Amino acid sequence: MMKKLLIGLFALLPTLTMAAGPTVPLMDANIDLRDNASLQRGAKLFMNYCLGCHQMQYQRYERTFRDIGIPVDIGKETLIFDDSKVGSHILNAMSKEDAAKWFGAAPPDLTLISRVKSPDYIYTYLKSFYKDDSRPFGVNNVVFPLVGMPHVLQELQGLPTPITEEVVENGNTVTKIVGVETDGSGEMSDDEYDQAARDLTNFLAYVGEPSRLESEAIGIKVLGFLVIFFILAFLLKKEYWRDVH
Amino acid sequence: MTDKYEEQSAGVDTTAKSGGIVSSVVNWIDDRIPMTRVWNMHIAQYPAPKNFNFWYLFGSLAILVLVNQIVTGIWLTMNFVPSAEGAFASVEYIMRDVEYGWLLRYLHSTGASAFFVVVYLHMFRGMIYGSYQKPRELLWLFGMLIFLALMAEAFMGYLLPWGQMSFWGAQVIISLFGAIPVIGEDLTLWIRGDYVISGATLNRFFALHVIALPLVLVILVFLHIVALHEVGSNNPDGIEVKRKKGSVADEDKPKFKFHEYYTNKKDVIDAIPFHPYYTVKDVLGVAGFLILFCWVVFFMPEMNGFFLEAPNFEAANPLKTPEHIFPVWYFTPFYAILRAIPDKLAGVVAMGASIVVLALLPWLDRGKVRSIRYRSIWHKLNIAQFVVTFLILGWAGATPQTVFSTILSQICTVTYFMFFVLLYVYSKNEVTKPLPTRLTK
Amino acid sequence: MSNAPVDNSRRRFLTIATSVVGGVGAVGAAVPFIASWNPSERAKSAGAPVEVDISKLEPGQLIRVEWRGKPVWVIYRTPKMLEQMKQHEGQLRDPNSDEAQQLNSAKNTYRSQREEIFVAVGICTHLGCSPTFMNGGFGEKVEGTADGFFCPCHGSKFDMAGRVFQNVPAPLNLEIPPYTFLDDTTILVGEEEEVA
Repeated sequence: MMKKLLIGLFALLPTLTMAAGPTVPLMDANIDLRDNASLQRGAKLFMNYCLGCHQMQYQRYERTFRDIGIPVDIGKETLIFDDSKVGSHILNAMSKEDAAKWFGAAPPDLTLISRVKSPDYIYTYLKSFYKDDSRPFGVNNVVFPLVGMPHVLQELQGLPTPITEEVVENGNTVTKIVGVETDGSGEMSDDEYDQAARDLTNFLAYVGEPSRLESEAIGIKVLGFLVIFFILAFLLKKEYWRDVH
Repeated sequence: MTDKYEEQSAGVDTTAKSGGIVSSVVNWIDDRIPMTRVWNMHIAQYPAPKNFNFWYLFGSLAILVLVNQIVTGIWLTMNFVPSAEGAFASVEYIMRDVEYGWLLRYLHSTGASAFFVVVYLHMFRGMIYGSYQKPRELLWLFGMLIFLALMAEAFMGYLLPWGQMSFWGAQVIISLFGAIPVIGEDLTLWIRGDYVISGATLNRFFALHVIALPLVLVILVFLHIVALHEVGSNNPDGIEVKRKKGSVADEDKPKFKFHEYYTNKKDVIDAIPFHPYYTVKDVLGVAGFLILFCWVVFFMPEMNGFFLEAPNFEAANPLKTPEHIFPVWYFTPFYAILRAIPDKLAGVVAMGASIVVLALLPWLDRGKVRSIRYRSIWHKLNIAQFVVTFLILGWAGATPQTVFSTILSQICTVTYFMFFVLLYVYSKNEVTKPLPTRLTK
Repeated sequence: MSNAPVDNSRRRFLTIATSVVGGVGAVGAAVPFIASWNPSERAKSAGAPVEVDISKLEPGQLIRVEWRGKPVWVIYRTPKMLEQMKQHEGQLRDPNSDEAQQLNSAKNTYRSQREEIFVAVGICTHLGCSPTFMNGGFGEKVEGTADGFFCPCHGSKFDMAGRVFQNVPAPLNLEIPPYTFLDDTTILVGEEEEVA
């Protein structure tokens, strides 16, 4: 009885998540860490659009290239834009003081952003910029209200406008932003932009925990081994306990 | 002297007799330290009740996890930098640059939570089978001291990665000492060694976490086992397997040989030697445990934010508090009691009392029957409500504070302490079932 | 092991099988602990090949560069230095560099890819001190040889190709690291394409 109760309670445990998420429902990023093509496109997007302001101060170029299937010499030519060595961390030249002056706060390091937030959050964030002339950079974000960052992917997505809906909340009718719609001025179609956002999210998820795939590959073998060991230990126990029963 | 030689010839097993070199080496050592005697007394000829169930695996598992924590901990210190400037980066260095560093770290972080899982189950076992009752009070107290040392160890260890939760969690917990009248504020300053949590705090916590507390833990575990072996194990029936000398008929005596340290004073009934019967059973338990443990380590080391909290992947920032601060799951029941009481000092006192009251169990339970199997329905209901209370408190302590969760915590704080009050009241004249004379299956 | 009344082959087999599998598991569990002592990505990155600019190197001059934390010497040897090397070959322990301490490209009299440019790890093969370059005054150590290296720790002596003299504690010639001439004035220390 107790055993069953206990097992039931443990099964419940993972469903109670602690993170108090944002109020807007997040979109499903639907990423795949095994999709090297997506990771490579994501890396390219990161180096081109993000690295100017956001570093990955704990992640090295060479390891990144190796893990996502880019030959080191090709990576060196196409993805390293400064004179960094391949063994260096992915850094930019922006000083923290300047950054704080320009943006109000230093742009956060993105090495671990996928673990601080979540891939779904990043994906939703990238797809939630909208035109808001009251903001210093002319844009706002649905999941990150009053964001202090320009819409750096605007040339790809175009400039979205918000879709609003009247909802009744605690008896009052309020206008809520439920989504965004692009003005079509970007280079990409909606589907292409979704894929780009997904690729970038995938890359950030990889960098957050570069050992993920290796861990699972080893984990399968370890579990297989332990199951064999468990069976042997079970037979051994039964054999000895014949003396007792 | 003759005693000693008899003991050796009786105790040394066949391998020592057959192998000439082996036996002479064993003899050489035995003349200098009591190796064979200790092996026989505490392992090969130690009488253990034959009816241990699933609940009796968690003691050996706790030792396994302790060893895991010590070994992976030693390896982590090889690359960890205990300074405010270097700690966070050095953890990411371990996670990315050190070969298998990620595995060493996940083994350690998952091990911390696993330690509390097995220790809570181990303590619960003691509660349902009355293992704290006379004559095992000191055994229980050593266990409580281990629990306290473990909590201190876990708390200090959690500061070391120097993430946002490390920093603010430590900030909150250390501030609790500020509730103590008169000396409180000076005490918190002294613990931190600075006006806020700083590198000074990190360094002293590091020293305590990697040297002082592990040493204390190991010594306490040793004493816990010494105390256990002196009084002998309890069992799910809660009746003794060591009886008065001469009270057990020869045909009822087990067919196994037990060490004369036990048989000289008492008659042993329904017991089996710890080795090989419980060693093979514990190995099975270890295998089962490792399957679950490795599944978490390799596939979900964050355990949905329960084992590794998301804000802790952001370096400590003394100027920005995370939206919600919770301790790690194993502290949340006690944290909920703290938050339930809207007065700082009273909250701290209640939280402290919730732990101290556990240590008093041997004296709060005035019953003569140990096991839940033979106790009254009231006792069963009381333990059931205590389990539910503990789980709800655990949930409440890990949830942003709302009116609902606060009221719930307050109710559960009452029912938590009510468990002990009720136990004290009904145990005096409890109507229990008759105890069996022999161990049941 | 115990006073168990039953003993049969099944029991023995299972005991051995479980022990062996458990032993394999213990060895497997040791792997990450052992492997974590290997050079980390940071160490490897710091130990990456180093480029050396030798355009300003003058005849008879030695420059030191750090590669994998070790001093690497680059020396521009004068014709006089090269000449004297042939005269003391009888006093050397391993004049033809038969011991494998260098890639084949440096296995020649001058122990170098180009005669005048000498590249070597400046660490004595005895106990790891860094020998002193004696440009001129080496004659007092070895008669008839004007230039060489003298280790101040235990008195080991090497000639201008890093070859060790006899009757000194150092057992081997100085180590030649892998290196490549990227162009006439740049050497890459730490990487060499092995020529077949």
